[in-house]
Amino acid sequence: MSSVHEVLQKNEGAILSGWLAEMAASTRRSDLMGDTELRQQAAELLRLFAHAARNSSDTTSEAFSATREYLREIAKSRLDQGFTPSETAMFILSLKQPVFNSMRDELESDPTQLVAEIWTVGNALDKLAIQTVDSAVEFRDQVIVRQQQEMLELSTPVVKLWDGVLALPLIGTLDSARTQVVMESLLSAIVETNSQIAIIDITGVPTVDTLVAQHLIKTITAARLMGAECYLSGIRPAIAQTIVHLGIDLADIQTKAKLADAFGLALSRLGKSIVTAKPATNITSKPKDA
Amino acid sequence: MVLKSDVHPIKSADDVVRVRQVARQWAAELKFSLVDQTKLVTATSELARNTLEHGKGGTMRVEQVENGPRRGVRLTFEDNGPGIPNIERALQDGYTTGGGLGLGLSGSKRLVNEFEIKSEAGRGTTVTIIRWK
Repeated sequence: MSSVHEVLQKNEGAILSGWLAEMAASTRRSDLMGDTELRQQAAELLRLFAHAARNSSDTTSEAFSATREYLREIAKSRLDQGFTPSETAMFILSLKQPVFNSMRDELESDPTQLVAEIWTVGNALDKLAIQTVDSAVEFRDQVIVRQQQEMLELSTPVVKLWDGVLALPLIGTLDSARTQVVMESLLSAIVETNSQIAIIDITGVPTVDTLVAQHLIKTITAARLMGAECYLSGIRPAIAQTIVHLGIDLADIQTKAKLADAFGLALSRLGKSIVTAKPATNITSKPKDA
Repeated sequence: MVLKSDVHPIKSADDVVRVRQVARQWAAELKFSLVDQTKLVTATSELARNTLEHGKGGTMRVEQVENGPRRGVRLTFEDNGPGIPNIERALQDGYTTGGGLGLGLSGSKRLVNEFEIKSEAGRGTTVTIIRWK
């Protein structure tokens, strides 16, 4: 690939301006990136590519490691800027035309070599473009994994409703991994707050099948072993009928339709009651000045 | 008569959630009541999980079917797993080989209008359910 390297170095200026013109015509997104930054990236990449091409034509080899590293950075920054992976790949691919043009001018006298060299450099650029797509997908996957973990933590808050009363409002699908997190956070919260009663609210769980029921029963049994009473609330009419048809036996578990009902039950178990302190006043009216 | 159909893979736990949503969409399209939707979705969840865990993955075919004036959703769960050696016993309440409650198959049968199961040892299992509107 030595003559490619020579062509690239000799015509660096022409190729760069040809490349920028090519991008301006096809894939340029001036709304996402300024001209100066683009020119800098293009010049740096061209320099790295020319340098690497001197030693090797294999884009996975050691010679190309700096180029690959730089492309990874570009893929990441462009993803953050809002480019699609194919737009980033087009950034590399649009380098082909100006490089081919320069090579054609240089190697006019030797068509056989011209074809061979064009094939080599075209191949290398294709592979580099594919690598940027891979990098972009990889970065996106990392974001998804992070969000999944965050969601797992966010989706299982244990809240204290009163002294000795905890509530665990569940939202979303209850799989084995979630149940493990739910059970752990509930059990540790029972110990920390010294609570006697825990209410599990399933208003936000869209489907209650046998697996979800089994997970709930296990969680409730574990809470009981810790000495806490456990109520299940938020059972919607459709869910109640489905549970009956499925044949799941929840007779041992204290259930209530609404979280408020379960809370009321919890208070009465603790020997507390809510009383109206004085005749209700209109909350929306302004307080009178004394 | 089949009005339209679609096939979805069941290869991971995420797919179980996805086919559940598909079942809900198709049921909602036929204006199933909320209870009927929930029943179909729950049966889908059970059978899709069976396909995944016992059948080592497979597919769910969803069809909108018509029988005279009635319309309904037909779901076919198919896998090439080890099959069920004793279907009668598998349909008994409380019988389980996977450590679950043992209500998935029998419970799903009660949640739908038509239920058919075919299984051959070493060949796989096919479960077909229909819920009419």
